[in-house]
This record gives sequence, structure tokens and C-alpha cells, in this order.
Amino acid sequence: MSILLELGNEIATAASDPAADAGAMTSGEKVAFWCLAPIALGGAMGMVFARNAVHSALFLVSTMFSLGVFYVLQSGPFIGMVQIIVYTGAIMILFLFVLMLIGRDSSDSIVETLRGQRVAAAVLGVALAGLVATGLFRALGVVQARGLDGAAGQSDGHVPALAEALFTRYVFAFEITSALLITAAVGAMVLGHSDAAADRPNQEEQSRARFRRGNYPAPDPGPGVYAGADAVVTPALLPDGSFASSSVADTTQQRQLKPGISEPKR
Amino acid sequence: MSPTYYLVLAAALFTIGAVGVLVRRNAIVVFMCVELMLNAVNLTLVTFSRINGTLDGQIMAFFVMVVAAAEVVIGLAIIMAIFRSRRTASVDDANLLKY
Repeated sequence: MSILLELGNEIATAASDPAADAGAMTSGEKVAFWCLAPIALGGAMGMVFARNAVHSALFLVSTMFSLGVFYVLQSGPFIGMVQIIVYTGAIMILFLFVLMLIGRDSSDSIVETLRGQRVAAAVLGVALAGLVATGLFRALGVVQARGLDGAAGQSDGHVPALAEALFTRYVFAFEITSALLITAAVGAMVLGHSDAAADRPNQEEQSRARFRRGNYPAPDPGPGVYAGADAVVTPALLPDGSFASSSVADTTQQRQLKPGISEPKR
Repeated sequence: MSPTYYLVLAAALFTIGAVGVLVRRNAIVVFMCVELMLNAVNLTLVTFSRINGTLDGQIMAFFVMVVAAAEVVIGLAIIMAIFRSRRTASVDDANLLKY
């Protein structure tokens, strides 16, 4: 397919004047493209097929970085830098934060909830690939790129021209964007707010829980103090002569007392 | 050679992202696949901007990035809220509306 594209472009370029193809790829751009396109594709495949979600995020970082370099190559330095700063800097770090909060071992289950979903997804993916490839093949045979050299107009460079368009023709969309960002920030605060403080029992509920039936409201008895033993592991004696198990902490091992120690002295 | 290879690459990335959305179960990975699809469309916009010789495509990609950032913030907050109530990040387990 790529050979056909190349052939169509050669014919089109030969047929028309060479100045119309000013946006064609230079050889340096070709080298960068063929180095970074496999990285982008491999990152995308690795993101889909990695079992660990953190690995998926790191694969996606490599793909997004490659795309940022592509934007810079296609005479879009501002959009390329924004891609690297916003996507690989901010958004992916946000993803990693949420992964760490949720727990990175929350991997996929192998069980299929919908029967045959993976097969259907594979068929749909192949169908989508075929559809997009057909559209591209029919549409892009004789494309000539004009390039952005003449797009700057009176401005000196692409970035001032971009700023000029953004603050004149697209200024309404730009202002709407600020409203969108504020709404998103407020929405994130509302969704992220946890009312854990309201779930804590107040004093009345604590007191009622303390005096409810079956609960012993007083403090537990202290350990036993005998003539031969007074450590915290010696259990106290109840009035009937048996040991009080609640006088020794559950985490310590109760000491076996010799019969003479705990007997009453006469 | 005109920059149509970028469009082919963007189409491949978009397809991979779509398959990932359909196949993966972890809500965060599904979300990353949506981000990959948005990035593929951005690459298409920037390439068409170059082919047509105007800067409008780059401005459109810029707005797509802003909307994607807002979407990520809200989506991750929703995933966190679901995780807090149901202790899971799998899209299969949030099925209370099913029946």
C-alpha cells in the first residue's frame, strides 16, 4: 500500500508544478518518522496487551512522546511542546496517581462476563482497520502537501500566527474552554470529596454502644499481684478462685502459675 | 513523498485504541485507550493542517487537548468514586443498572 502511495505521489508531483508540493517530507523527517513510528505503534500495542496497568501507562507515555515529536516535525512546535507537557507530563502522571491510589495489582479478570465478547471485539477491530485503510487508500493516492510556510501571513513565524488565530477568530471557543476547565475542576472536587467525617459516631451513639446489652461498660480488671509473681502476664483471681481471662491482654501469653502462688495466704 | 504516512500511522493507532477499549476490563486502561484514540485524531488534525497549508488544524488539536484534559480529570474522579463505593476498578463490576 505504501508503495502505491509513493507511486501516486511521484506521478502527481511530476505532472504538476513542483512548488505545490512544498510540504513534502524531507529526508531527515523521513528518518525521524521511520525511527519513531515503530516506537509509537509498539507503545500502543504494549498498552493494550500489558497485563499490569502501570506498564500500560508507561507504554502510552512512549507513544505520546513520539506523537509530540511528530507534531514538532510537522512544523507545529507549540502543539508538540503542549503534547509533551500536558499529555506525558500532566495527564499520565494523573493516571499513575490514580493507579497508585486504587492499587496497581487490580489486573483484568480472565472470566468473560459477556460470552464471545473478545472474539466480537477482534472481528470489529479488523473490520474498523479495513474500513479506515480503504478510506485512506481511496483518498490519499495523489495528495500534495502545501506545507505551512505560507500560513504565517503577516506574523513572523508559526507560533505568533497560531496565537493570532486563537485570540481573534477562535476567541469565543477559547473563552468557552475556560468555562469548561472551571466546570471540570469543580466537578472533580465534588466527585473526589469524601464525607468520611460524617460517618464517625457521635458521643451519644458511642455511649449507647457502651451500655448496650452484652457489653461490659467498666474497664477490664488489672493483672494479678501475688507474693511470688506480679508481672502483667499473671492473671487476676475472681472471687470463686478462677482466673479472670480479661485481666491479661489477648496478645500476651498467659503465664501458668504454680499452685502455691495464687492460693490465698492464711 | 507527501506526509500521508502520518495518516496511516494515526489510523493504526486509532484502531488499536478502539480494540483496547473493547477488550480491556480495567477502567483505567480503558480510559488510556480512549486517550490513545484522541491522540491519533490529533495527529490526523496536525497532518491535515500541514497538507492544507493552514493553521486551523493545529488550533483544533489544541482544543481537543483541552477537552481531553478536562475529560481525564472528571473520568478519573468518577473511577475513584466507583472504587471507593465498590472496591473495584473493573468495568464488569459496575452493573447495578443492568437489570
